[in-house]
Amino acid sequence: MSGEPVKRPGASPPAQATDPVAPMAGAPIFEARDVSLRFGGVRALTEVGFSILPGELFSIIGPNGAGKTSMVNCISGRYRPTQGAVFYKGRDITALTPNQRATIGIGRTFQNLALFGHMTVLDNIMVGRHHLLRNNFLTGSLYWLSRARREELEHRRAVEEIIDFLDLQNVRKAVAGTLSYGVRKRVELARAMALKPDLILLDEPMAGMNLEEKEDMARYIVDLNEEFGMTVVMIEHDMGVVMDISHRVMVLDFGRKIAEGLPEAVLRDEHVRRAYLGEEDEVLVDPEDAALRPGRVA
Amino acid sequence: MTTLIPAGDFKTSYAADTTIFPTATSRNFAIAGVVLLALCPLVLDKYWLSIMIQIGFLSIAALGLNILVGFTGQISIGHAAFFGFGGFASPWLSNHFGIPVALSIPLAGVMTTAVGLIFGIPAARLKGLYLAIATLAAQYIIEDFLGRAEWFTGGVAGTIAEPFSLFGFVFDTDERYFYVVLAWMVAMYVLATNLMRTRDGRALVAVRDHYLSAEMMGINLTKYRTMSFGISSFYAGIGGALYAHYLQFVSVEGVTILLSIQFLGMIIIGGLGSIMGSLMGTVFMVLLPELMGAVTDALAGGAIDRALNLKDSLSYLREMAIGLAIILFLIFEPDGLAHRWKQVKAYWKLYPFSH
Ligand SMILES: Nc1ncnc2c1ncn2[C@@H]1O[C@H](COP(=O)(O)OP(=O)(O)OP(=O)(O)O)[C@@H](O)[C@H]1O
Ligand SMILES: [Mg+2]
Repeated sequence: MSGEPVKRPGASPPAQATDPVAPMAGAPIFEARDVSLRFGGVRALTEVGFSILPGELFSIIGPNGAGKTSMVNCISGRYRPTQGAVFYKGRDITALTPNQRATIGIGRTFQNLALFGHMTVLDNIMVGRHHLLRNNFLTGSLYWLSRARREELEHRRAVEEIIDFLDLQNVRKAVAGTLSYGVRKRVELARAMALKPDLILLDEPMAGMNLEEKEDMARYIVDLNEEFGMTVVMIEHDMGVVMDISHRVMVLDFGRKIAEGLPEAVLRDEHVRRAYLGEEDEVLVDPEDAALRPGRVA
Repeated sequence: MTTLIPAGDFKTSYAADTTIFPTATSRNFAIAGVVLLALCPLVLDKYWLSIMIQIGFLSIAALGLNILVGFTGQISIGHAAFFGFGGFASPWLSNHFGIPVALSIPLAGVMTTAVGLIFGIPAARLKGLYLAIATLAAQYIIEDFLGRAEWFTGGVAGTIAEPFSLFGFVFDTDERYFYVVLAWMVAMYVLATNLMRTRDGRALVAVRDHYLSAEMMGINLTKYRTMSFGISSFYAGIGGALYAHYLQFVSVEGVTILLSIQFLGMIIIGGLGSIMGSLMGTVFMVLLPELMGAVTDALAGGAIDRALNLKDSLSYLREMAIGLAIILFLIFEPDGLAHRWKQVKAYWKLYPFSH
């Protein structure tokens, strides 16, 4: 349609087609179409559809067992939807394996720690470079005689930048399994970042952290989004953080999407109040209070 | 591969930080070690030389098994069969095709890799007990093949292997062959060390430590599990070929499941997932029977000797000792000798301020 120089009356092109600066604006980086997921009799997801724009910080919230992790697993390829399809950059990726999705730019962290426990922090993050490295078991074994050494050093440099960004300098040689919970969460983020993903999925990045660690993590996530230009999908129970940093929020309950929109709008939504935050509507008067709701420890 | 580095160690470049040896001292020690080993044929008698040669080729195969079991987290109780296959493949290549032994050894490694992949491709989809059984099947299938395929192995009678020679120089004595094994051993250990600090080596460990997140890091699980089988078979094949050209005769009797269990014992005792541990465990496993022999000699004529009839039951006692050693290590030193060695080094580094 862009080849048509003269506008015909009545056939107005979509707004973004006329915008030369951002021709892709409006084209989602990710889209889920009617995704349903079942485990035997359990309906983890039921006809969930949504799309995420490039550069967005998109949060998924909902009570425990609502299907948030299942949704992220459908994006990352860990689960394949029983029905429906998922699209990434306009391409149907429903049939791709997790490792194939990593190579096209989808990275993630896990709700439960999933580091390589016996490796150093540095090696953990270097594993994130896997799909960007070209050396293999032959050239790697020959190290000095091949280009492997130079390549490894180049990527080591990139990894050190991530280490600096996430303040992991003093643990870079530590074995991952020996670190404290909060630090491990940060290493996991570093490892996912090392993939250079365009879309990064964070499953409860702040769970189990103290206030200070949470603040740091929230800042990292915002930087990830704004400075590194990654599109972020975040699952988080801490409503204060979600309302603070998200561009858009989707709410799941019993595997169904019950709301989606701007944070404030979602917070005001009648369904959300009932389903997600229970009947205690008073606490919603102030979003700060919502964050302090007890019993939301993951 | 974490190594203790002195406090206050600040590397000034990433290159300096990625060397095999964390400090100049440790590198010098390693070089001095290899030089000392190279002097062995000049001072050691034939008996000890033969023990060291055994340690050499067995430790190559043990390292291969460690890459599969220790680094990748797979299991194999068929390693001896691949060791045996390499042991027959090299003489077959040199006897039937006139390929020089110096070349037939690496080619035997490649052939063994191919066989390893035949079994590894289905095995890479199995886990735990199923994988153990599948590799057990591989052990018996290959063993059976080696026993029957007269064209390849000479059948039950075994086959003659030419001595190793290079540019007309024949390595047919222990003193000379020692250097062949030493060169291969150093090369294979250096290659493995390089592998483990580059992309594919890290991928293997990632698959072992957390396969779900490894997959999310772009690692194809089946590919790497299969690759690990291939690499481990290559090491087994090289070890076996060196064994064949050492004895200059191979038969299928030496490569039974008992040897497979001994290989597992070596890496458990030395340290799963430790390169140098593979060597330490092999040393331990080869010296254990020697130690047993020495003990029985010392006890000869005594009450214990008369009660147990030590001389005649030595071979049983040996196997029992191997089993006992594995069990004791699993209980008391599950990280193996390599780990203990690291702690000893750490102790001396801080001495006398170790408390
Ligand atoms: N592998 C699985 N097998 C069977 N049932 C599963 C599986 N994974 C998830 N479920 C079920 O699907 C539903 C949604 O689970 P999911 O982990 O997606 O919830 P969640 O929103 O992430 O919860 P939480 O806040 O506790 O992390 C739950 O009822 C859960 O029991
Ligand atoms: Mg979850």
